[in-house]
Amino acid sequence: MKLHEYTISQLHDLISKREISVPELTRYMLDRIESLDSKLECYITVTEKQAMEQAEKVQKMIDDGTLNSPLAGIPMGIKDNICTRGIPTTCASKMLSNFVPPYDAHVVKKLYDNGAVLLGKLNMDEFAMGSSTESSHFKKTKNPWDTERVPGGSSGGSAAAVAAGEAIYALGSDTGGSIRQPASFCGCVGLKPTYGLVSRFGLVAYASSFDQIGPLTKTVTDCALVLNAIAGHDPMDLTSSRRQHPDYTKALINDVKGMKIGVPREFIDDSVQKDIRDAVLNAVKVFSDLGARCEEISIPIMEYVVPTYYIIALAEASFNLARYDGVKFGYRAANPKDMLDFCMRSRSEGFGTEVKRRILLGTYVLSSGYYDAYYKKALKARTIITREFNKAFEEYDIIIGPVSPTTAYRIGEKINDPVQMYMEDIFTVPVNIAGLPAISIPCGFDSKSLPIGLQIIGKRFDETTIIRAAYTFEQNTDFHKARPSLNE
Amino acid sequence: MIEVKPMEYEAVIGLEVHAELSTKSKIFCSCTTEFGGQPNTHCCPICLGMPGTLPVLNKKAVEYAIKAGLATNCTISLFTKQDRKNYFYPDLPKGYQISQYDLPLCKDGYVEIETENGKKKIRINRIHIEEDAGKLVHSEYGNYSFVDYNRTGVPLIEIVSEPDISSAAEAKAYLEKLKAILQFIGVSDCKMEEGSLRADVNISVRPKGSKQLGERTEMKNLNSFRAVYRAIEAEVARQIEVIKSGGVIHRETRRWDDAKGESYPMRSKEDAQDYRYFPEPDLPPLIIKKELIERLKNELPELPDARKQRYISEYGLPEYDAGVLTSSKELSDFFEEAAKASTNVKAVSNWVMGDMLRILREKNMEIAEIPFPPAYPAKLVALIDKGVINGPTAKKVFEEMFDTGKDPETIVKEQGLEVLNDESVLLEVVERVIQENPNSVADYKKGKKKAIGFLVGQAMKATKGKANPQLINELLIKKLEG
Ligand SMILES: [Zn+2]
Repeated sequence: MKLHEYTISQLHDLISKREISVPELTRYMLDRIESLDSKLECYITVTEKQAMEQAEKVQKMIDDGTLNSPLAGIPMGIKDNICTRGIPTTCASKMLSNFVPPYDAHVVKKLYDNGAVLLGKLNMDEFAMGSSTESSHFKKTKNPWDTERVPGGSSGGSAAAVAAGEAIYALGSDTGGSIRQPASFCGCVGLKPTYGLVSRFGLVAYASSFDQIGPLTKTVTDCALVLNAIAGHDPMDLTSSRRQHPDYTKALINDVKGMKIGVPREFIDDSVQKDIRDAVLNAVKVFSDLGARCEEISIPIMEYVVPTYYIIALAEASFNLARYDGVKFGYRAANPKDMLDFCMRSRSEGFGTEVKRRILLGTYVLSSGYYDAYYKKALKARTIITREFNKAFEEYDIIIGPVSPTTAYRIGEKINDPVQMYMEDIFTVPVNIAGLPAISIPCGFDSKSLPIGLQIIGKRFDETTIIRAAYTFEQNTDFHKARPSLNE
Repeated sequence: MIEVKPMEYEAVIGLEVHAELSTKSKIFCSCTTEFGGQPNTHCCPICLGMPGTLPVLNKKAVEYAIKAGLATNCTISLFTKQDRKNYFYPDLPKGYQISQYDLPLCKDGYVEIETENGKKKIRINRIHIEEDAGKLVHSEYGNYSFVDYNRTGVPLIEIVSEPDISSAAEAKAYLEKLKAILQFIGVSDCKMEEGSLRADVNISVRPKGSKQLGERTEMKNLNSFRAVYRAIEAEVARQIEVIKSGGVIHRETRRWDDAKGESYPMRSKEDAQDYRYFPEPDLPPLIIKKELIERLKNELPELPDARKQRYISEYGLPEYDAGVLTSSKELSDFFEEAAKASTNVKAVSNWVMGDMLRILREKNMEIAEIPFPPAYPAKLVALIDKGVINGPTAKKVFEEMFDTGKDPETIVKEQGLEVLNDESVLLEVVERVIQENPNSVADYKKGKKKAIGFLVGQAMKATKGKANPQLINELLIKKLEG
């Protein structure tokens, strides 16, 4: 096995036993990025110098015995909408192509405290708006399983890097499926935590009431390790929860006996690609065979989740992106006629098509005369959707289903049909609407050998049960062991 | 020119007052709120709205706003939230202002003002918290504008009155009362010149006695109480004139030019801003505990109205005097200290209200700039009461106190200003005056008793005003009759 194929826990072992040093491992990963990334284009910025310096520092602390974290010395990548002090944070936008934050995101600080080594900043859809990473201003990341295909999005760079071994793990952000969908397209594990579990400080806002940062890893165990490091209250984010979070590795138990699992029939209807439906039904069988009680349920409001999500998300986005006017940071139009021209052209030239579309839609749904018909109605729908899920969770411990109705599609295939792309978020967005936690884990392959993801949704702040179910599934199946060949 | 008959129309006026709260730090970050400073030195990534940053609400700002609500008889909302208000301007770093829309922190209050027709209640619709914006400075030298974000994120309260005000004078009285209240409770320094108190005015007119409201205009850029007063007078007259000449008032925002004494349309209703208010997702709803409200209520100091009543009952001051003396916290505190040092409070109040305010006006000084302690006017009154100096001398001593800051006793001693009561000295003066003014003496003796006045004046002049005029009078009469 090559180093990049190891998990966090395996590498931690090797580092602890002094079988490999952190600088050696970091060098190896940087070399791998160097040789592979021209093909996959996962990274926007590779922080080679900082990475090596960090590696030396961490090794010294490990040697001194002052650092003892399972993440110490493990090289990772971070989605480029999470602020890193002194390192460009572009959101894959021309608008922020020159933006270097003078602060670290809360999660970045926490990872550094745990001795993480940052390899670089990962590609994404511009401002996290998209589900294929095609709206990035800089590059189009390729799916490691088939480089003609998209890696999913918006955390496409993060998922592809983990799947291809260009990072041992990565952080992504999930507003409507942006961690889970690329994880499913690339065959890795991606967790969207409960809203409020992980601080959003330093995450460039898309839709503030939905955004959450989460890990993308090779295994459920690695997922629990990273979640342990990044979860917890942050006084700089008033929406972050004050509750004490458990040690998620304690949930790594291979046992689902008696667990009550709901399978919404709306999640496995004809709209879902057949081999995905089969893979999900197979997962149901795996859980049943292991002693879980799986039952078909109904979430009748599903037809409203996509419009509800997009109305609220874009309304929030239209405000969150108002600050990019060229005055204080970011792209600035040349030779403006006057102040208005300055702001308008900076925005027109700095934002890409999809971002502009979403700002316009968000502005529209909040405009007087349309407010009640769209935004207000969407808020009501949000309450109802949340209630529906909470009601289901009175009976069931978890809800399972597909992550996406399709597997990875060809680059360029859907980019001109935004509505169809929005509709494919149907299984991921209700989780954000209701603020629930959900994970995507590998559960099969389609006829083209493309990975399929299984989504496990849990109760608010009950990541523990999700991790337990996911871990059990992983221990009893081999899907997570498959790796893309990459013609290596 | 159409004759304006002010009796036929009445004005309906509402005020939106913005007051900066005097918390040490800004509303969503720990930057200082101190006024001044080099441009862009009082800011940080949060108040600059840099990507990824989040607001953290300053609890002190909420407490100050609640105090303002309690002091203006408002109901404090137990559940409230903050909202984003959209407008694009380079001085607003996030492209939206965090304000409050449908659930303001305080509502349904009132303040009481004095009018020509007695006391009047001006109802307050709401008080909400929000953040201030920065300042745009247009370059004089080139095609540039600069932005200073030092004021960005300074906490503000917006106090919205009901349209209960019917004249410029009432508007001014309302503003003065609000200012006094906010200063008394210590939540705002209300310095209009530093922009910590600002007012927008909504004005409409209607036929007297009509129940229906006329179309209103909003007046902006009012930088002083005087500007508010003048702008209202001018706008009411303008609206009446428009209506009388058969025109209609359009809903619009107008900008007041105080130098010219005129206003100009800024924008009409058609291009009114669509603020697109929506709940601020970065800040959870605010739950205000009843215990907090109770604590803040107990912390409130004596308010202007209560203090005024006390001046009337405790010091026996006339209502008008008590009103003037409690119109500002600084004045009232100064007077209070002076009164404590005196046994003749009425006389002290006359000095404070009369000569002191006049001198401050003439010298364009603030109370805080007075170079002597409040006990000195009390000492001055004591000197008069003891007959050490007379009235005219006291006025001179008072002026001198403003110039040098010296104790009145010291000034009197240094300049030898004590009243001359020594009869032997005065007798000499009287004899000299009689010798030097034979004509007047002859007049007096012929029965023109008025001539005595001239002679007293001459004697006073000879003593540089220090002589006891009563004594001079007696001595003169004695000499002339005797
Ligand atoms: Zn600040």
